Amino acid sequence: MDQLNLIIPELFLTTSIMILLMIGVFYKNSFNLIFKLSVIILLATFILLFNHSIDTSAKLFNNSYAIDYFSLFMKVLTLIACIFVMLSSFDYIKLIGINKMEYPILILSSTLGMMIMISSYDLIVFYMGLELQSLSLYVLASFNRDNHRSSEAGLKYFVLGALSSGLLLYGCSLIYGFSGSTNFDLIAQNMDHLNTGLIFGIVFILVGLAFKVSAVPFHMWAPDVYEGSPTSVTTFLAIVPKVAALTVFIRFLYVPFINVIVQWQMIIIFISLASMILGAVAAIGQTNIKRLMAYSSIGHMGYALAGLATGSNEGIQGTVIYLSIYLLMNLGIFSCIFMMRRKDIFYEDIQDLSGLSKNHPIISFCLLALLFSLAGIPPLAGFFAKFYIFMAVIKAEMYTLAIMGLITTVISAFYYLRIIKIIYFDESKEMFEMDQNFGLRISLVLSTIIILVYFIYPSLLIDVVSNINLI
Amino acid sequence: MNFPILSAVTFLPLIGSIFILLIKDSSDKSINNAKYVAIFTSFVNLLLSIFLWFSFDTSTADFQFIENKQWVRGYFNFKFGVDGISILFILLTTFITPLCILSVINSVKERIKEFLIALLVMETLMIGVFCSLDLVIFYLFFEGGLIPMFLIIGIWGGPRRVYSAFKFFLFTLLGSVLLLIAVISIYWITGTTDMIQLLLWTNIPKEYQYLLWLAFFSSFAVKLPMWPFHTWLPDAHVEAPTAGSVILAAILLKMAGYGFIRFSIGLFPVASDFFTPLIFLLSIIAIVYTSLVALMQEDMKKLIAYSSVAHMGFVTVGIFTLTKQGLEGSIIQMISHGLISAALFLCVGVVYDRVHSRLISSYGGLVHITPKYAVIFMIFTLAALGLPGTSGFVGEILILIGAFQKNILVAVLASSGVIFAAAYMLWLYKRVIFGKINNNELKKIYDLNKTEIFILSSLAFLTLFFGFYPEPLLRTIDISVSELIRNYEMDLTFYLKEAAK
Repeated sequence: MDQLNLIIPELFLTTSIMILLMIGVFYKNSFNLIFKLSVIILLATFILLFNHSIDTSAKLFNNSYAIDYFSLFMKVLTLIACIFVMLSSFDYIKLIGINKMEYPILILSSTLGMMIMISSYDLIVFYMGLELQSLSLYVLASFNRDNHRSSEAGLKYFVLGALSSGLLLYGCSLIYGFSGSTNFDLIAQNMDHLNTGLIFGIVFILVGLAFKVSAVPFHMWAPDVYEGSPTSVTTFLAIVPKVAALTVFIRFLYVPFINVIVQWQMIIIFISLASMILGAVAAIGQTNIKRLMAYSSIGHMGYALAGLATGSNEGIQGTVIYLSIYLLMNLGIFSCIFMMRRKDIFYEDIQDLSGLSKNHPIISFCLLALLFSLAGIPPLAGFFAKFYIFMAVIKAEMYTLAIMGLITTVISAFYYLRIIKIIYFDESKEMFEMDQNFGLRISLVLSTIIILVYFIYPSLLIDVVSNINLI
Repeated sequence: MNFPILSAVTFLPLIGSIFILLIKDSSDKSINNAKYVAIFTSFVNLLLSIFLWFSFDTSTADFQFIENKQWVRGYFNFKFGVDGISILFILLTTFITPLCILSVINSVKERIKEFLIALLVMETLMIGVFCSLDLVIFYLFFEGGLIPMFLIIGIWGGPRRVYSAFKFFLFTLLGSVLLLIAVISIYWITGTTDMIQLLLWTNIPKEYQYLLWLAFFSSFAVKLPMWPFHTWLPDAHVEAPTAGSVILAAILLKMAGYGFIRFSIGLFPVASDFFTPLIFLLSIIAIVYTSLVALMQEDMKKLIAYSSVAHMGFVTVGIFTLTKQGLEGSIIQMISHGLISAALFLCVGVVYDRVHSRLISSYGGLVHITPKYAVIFMIFTLAALGLPGTSGFVGEILILIGAFQKNILVAVLASSGVIFAAAYMLWLYKRVIFGKINNNELKKIYDLNKTEIFILSSLAFLTLFFGFYPEPLLRTIDISVSELIRNYEMDLTFYLKEAAK
C-alpha cells in the first residue's frame, strides 16, 4: 500500500480518463464539459503530486518506478505547462471546429504517458510511457481530419515516430541482451567500455530519444508536423513533450550509461552542435511562424543538450533551468499566435504581424520581450537560461561547444530580430480581433512578466533546481 | 551612508519609464504628462548624481558607496560601487540624457511616449554599466543596452534604418558573446567575478590572460569602435534619430573606453603590456585613416561619425600609454568628446529638422539666416578640433604628453590627427555656414528656438568651462588613476618575477 500511495497522481489521472471516456460516450456534444473537467483533473493531479513530501526518494515495483525530487519537479513542469496550454487553446479549438470530446482525453492520456516516462526506472516502463504519449500525439496531430495538411502531419509524424520507436526498442533489446536486465541500476552495474553490444544499444536509444526531442539529424518531422497540425496541438507539441523527453534523456545518460560517458559524450556534443547550427540557419528563410518556431525549438534543444554533454550536475541543472524558461517563452509566443485572428480565420504568416505595434501595443510589447528573451539578450530570462548552460559547458572546458553555441546565438538573433522588425518597423495592417478569453491573456501576460522580472531574483529557480543531483 | 544612492541613480529612470508605460491613452494631455514624467525623472537623476559627486571623497582610491546584495546564491553578488573614474561617466550620462529628452520632446512627433521609455531604460542600463562592480552584472547592463538602442534606430531612424539597426545589433552582439565566455571563464579560474576581489587580491594566471584579454578586446573594440570594427558606426549614426546618435556617440562609445580602463588593464596587466603595440597600431590607423575618410564625406552625420572613430583612436592611445597623463587625458577626452559630439549631432539635428537633409551640399550661407546657430556651431567645431580653451584641447594634449613618454613615433602620428581634425571640421563649417545661399529650401529656415538654445548652450558652457578649468575633473580621477597605474606596475613586476623563477 505504501507503494500505491506514491503513485496516487498517476492512478487518479488514469481513472479520470476512464470516467471522462464514459461521459463522452453517454452524453452527446459534451466537449465543453469534458474540456473543463480535464483542466480540473490536471489541477487536481498537480495538487496530488504533493501528496508525499518533496524529498521522498523511493523506487517502487521492484525498482522500476522512481519517485524522487527530479521526477517531481519534471512532473510539476509538465502539468503546469499542460494546464496553460489547455487554457490558452480553448477558443482556437472551438473556432476551427475540432471540439470533439476525444481531444481533451487524448491530451490527458498523453500527459499520463509523460508522467510514466518521467518516473520510469526500467526499460519496459519507459517504453510503455513513451508509446502512450506518442500514440496520443499522433492522433492529435491529425485531429483536424478534414484538413489535408493536418492529416499529412499526423501521418508523417506517425511513420517517422514509429520508425524511431522501433530503433529505440531495438536498442532496449540489445541492452537487455547484453546486460541481462531492464533495470537502470543493474544496467549501470554491467556497463563497461569493452562491451560492444551495449554501446550499440546506447546508440540506438540515443537516436530514438533525439527523435523525440527533435534534435538534428532526427529533426525532419518537426517543421512539417508543427506547421500542419492545428495550432493548439503544435503548442502542446512544442512545449509539453519536451519535458518528458529530456527527462528520460537525462535519466538514461546519467543513470544506466554514466560509466561509459566517453562513448556518448561525443554523440551528444555532435547532436547539440548540429541542432544549434541548423536551428539558427534554417529558420532564417521561414515565412510561416509555426515553422519558424519549429526550427527555433530545434535550436533550443541543441542548447539544452549542450548542458547534458558536460556530464556534470551543473549541466543537468542548467538543462532543467533552460527547459523551464524555454517552456515559459514558448507559451508566451504561442499565446500570441493564437491571437492572430481576423473574423474567425487564424493567420500564421509572419508578415501578418506587420505593424502590430500600432494597433496592439500590449501584445507587441509582450512579443518584443519574448523574442528578445528567445534570442538570449540580457537582462531577460532567456539570457539566464543560456548563461547557466554555458557556465556548465565552460566549467567542463568545452570551449568549442561554448564558442559555437554563442555564435549561433548571434545568428539566431537575426531571425528573432526580423520578427521584431516586422512588428515595430513596418507599416500596419488590419487589426486582429481582440476578444480573447481570459486563459489566453493570462498565459501571455504571466509569461511576459516572469521573463521581464526574472533578473531581479534569479536565485529562486536555482535554489529549486540545485536539489537535482543525479551523480 | 546607508541610503543606496547608486541604486537610486541607476533605477530611478526605469521607474520613470514604468510610469510612462502605464499611461495608456494617447490624448495630447496624457502625452504631455509622459513628457513631464520623463523630464522630471531625468532632472532629478541629474541632481542626485551631482549630489553623489559632491559627497564623493576624492582623497581615496577605494570604491565608494558600495552596495552588495546577494543575487544568484552561491555564485554572484549584486555589487555596485564607484571610484573616481566611473563617477565622471555617471555624471556624463545623467547630464546628457535630460538634454536628449528635451531634444526629443522638441523635435520628435511620432510615438513620442515609446521614445521616452526607450531613452529612460537606456539611461538605467548605461548608468548600471558604470556602477557595477561584478563582471556578470556589468555584462547584463552592457548587453542590455542593445535592446532600446536597436528600437531607437529602427523605429525612429532614417530611410535605411532597418539595415543599420540590424548591423549595429549583430556586430555588437557578436563582439560581446566572447566577452560572456571570458567572464564565465574568469569565474571558473578564480572563483569570483567580484571586481574588488579581482583587482586587489586575485591574480589571473598568466597563460589565461592573453586569450581572456582578446575576448574582452573583441567586445570593446566593436563597441568603441576601433578600426577595422568601426563599419557599423557610420551607418548607425546616419540612420539613427538625433537623440539616438547623441546617446550613441556621447555614452555608448564611452562604455568601451571605460571597459578598457577598468577591465582590460585592471585584470590582465601582462596581456595589456603584451598587446599594447597592437592597440597603438590600430589606433594610429583609426586616427589617420578615418580622418581622411571624414574629409571626403558628403553627409554631415557621417563626417561626425568618422571623426568620432578618430577621436576614440586618441582615447585608446592614451589608455594604453599607461602613464598618468595618458590615462587622465583619455578619460578627459572621453568626457569632452561626450559633450562635443553630442552637441555636434544636436546641431546637425537642428538643421535636419528644418530642411530634412543631411547633405553638406544642400546647405551654405546659414550665417546670413541663422546667426545664433552659426555661433554655437562654431564653438563646437573649434572644440572638436581641439582648440586651446575648449575641453577637447585638454584631453588631446595630455594624451600626446603621455604618448611622447612611451613612443615618439606613435605620438607624432597621433598628432597628425589633430591637424586632420582641423581640416575636416573647418571645411565642414565653411561649407555649411559661410558662402552664398544656393538652396531655396533654406530661405524658410528659422533660428534656434529656446529649448535648443538651452540644450546647446549648456553643453557649450561645460565644454568651455572644462577647457579653461579642468581641475574638477582631474581632481576627481587623480587618485584612482594613480592607484590603477600603481596596481598595474605592481602586478607586472609580480608576473616578471614569477617568470624569472
